[in-house]
Amino acid sequence: MGLLSKKDAKLITDPLADNNPITIQVLGICSALAITAQLKASIVMAVSVLFVLGIGNVVISLLRNIIPSKIRIIVQLVVVAALVIIVDQVLKAFSYELSKTLSVFVGLIITNCIIMGRFEAFALGNGPWKSFLDGIGNALGYGVILIIVGFFRELLGSGTLLGFKVLGDPIEKTGLYAIGYENNGFMLLSPMALIVVGIIIWVQRSRNKALIED
Amino acid sequence: MENRTDKNSYTILFAIAMVVIVGALLAFTASSLSPKISENMRIEKQQNILYAMGVNNNDAGSAVFVDTKEAPELFSKYITKQEVITNGNVSEDDQAYLIDLKKDKAAAGGDAAKRNLPLFIGEKDGKTFYIVPIYGKGLWDAIWGYVSMNENMVIQGAYFDHKGETPGLGANIKERFFMDDFIGEHLLDANGNFKGVDVAKGNADPTNEDKTDNEVDAIAGATITGNGVSAMIKSDLKLYKPYFDNLKNN
Repeated sequence: MGLLSKKDAKLITDPLADNNPITIQVLGICSALAITAQLKASIVMAVSVLFVLGIGNVVISLLRNIIPSKIRIIVQLVVVAALVIIVDQVLKAFSYELSKTLSVFVGLIITNCIIMGRFEAFALGNGPWKSFLDGIGNALGYGVILIIVGFFRELLGSGTLLGFKVLGDPIEKTGLYAIGYENNGFMLLSPMALIVVGIIIWVQRSRNKALIED
Repeated sequence: MENRTDKNSYTILFAIAMVVIVGALLAFTASSLSPKISENMRIEKQQNILYAMGVNNNDAGSAVFVDTKEAPELFSKYITKQEVITNGNVSEDDQAYLIDLKKDKAAAGGDAAKRNLPLFIGEKDGKTFYIVPIYGKGLWDAIWGYVSMNENMVIQGAYFDHKGETPGLGANIKERFFMDDFIGEHLLDANGNFKGVDVAKGNADPTNEDKTDNEVDAIAGATITGNGVSAMIKSDLKLYKPYFDNLKNN
């Protein structure tokens, strides 16, 4: 972090912990529910949001003095949508396999409220470099939660991680399954994502009492 | 600054400029990348078809296509003939694999006689495979696949794919544990009538040893996607029944 001043570094570290977009600001819950049944999908989503939010924040920040305030939300939406479509097209042309995994989530990136939230709350009032750091920080904070939730849901729901059978084979009855362990299929359904997020919020707030509201 | 950007005329000009710039940017990206994208899709179709006839790089648990670079060569090696069936008339067409089932279905408007039905004939290790593409809808969006059969309409291999089924649930139709269940299943019943293969819940035969029960075991939590698979097998493969009847009679 030698490159960054203390203030700038806080832009990245804050959203990772005490100002996390999902667990504290409760934004971006919809995609956290929808795509975290598998770890791989969570990682892909985290990386795509990192890209879109990093670049989008810079674009909005550069335009912040010329965007008419009456249509600023529309302008923000156009920037996100254009970025996402370009990413999707480039992936389809140069990394077709990856794009097939990603394509499901393209719509979800556009509707991700964290992105619009950061444009509106930060990029419109700050310079490009700060906005870039803010975008990266928030995307990382979002991604960390996504990956934690994805990790537990795939591990407990399917007994795999990134598709590898880490707990043994449920059909051949090897590993943990040999002693009677069963996958919890409920973990794969959306409500469990909410409960896992809830547990993360609980753990975080019990470690830092300042976060508890009256 | 504040005043200028608040004016209606400025807002309208900004909106127009934005639309023109973004529109041009997207149009440029799309048109400059589209040849590469359609090439990727063409090769993927070849990989799908080869996969269904058992030409693939599968490892222990997961479905792996043949290498992208080798696909065109392997495709011309294994697929010996491509045909299109229109209202019972069979004609040869080496571009048959490029037929877009969705468009063709829409153009025919439910009239089976107007359909252009593609069929690919593959040869491997002295066996003949009849490979047919299918197309239907799952829970969220389109699902499709390729089924290879022998001359008795017994499934030799299947590949399924989807546009937007739920990860971990419906999306598992493209996993091997599901697709491999179809291998050996009979599409005809004991009397030789077309019955299809049902993705069945409460299946009495979960390890799928009975290949003539016209059923494979469903995926828990993916009922509607599974029903979609049953439906597209039933509706699309049925159209090929006369072709196979002819095959036997000749």
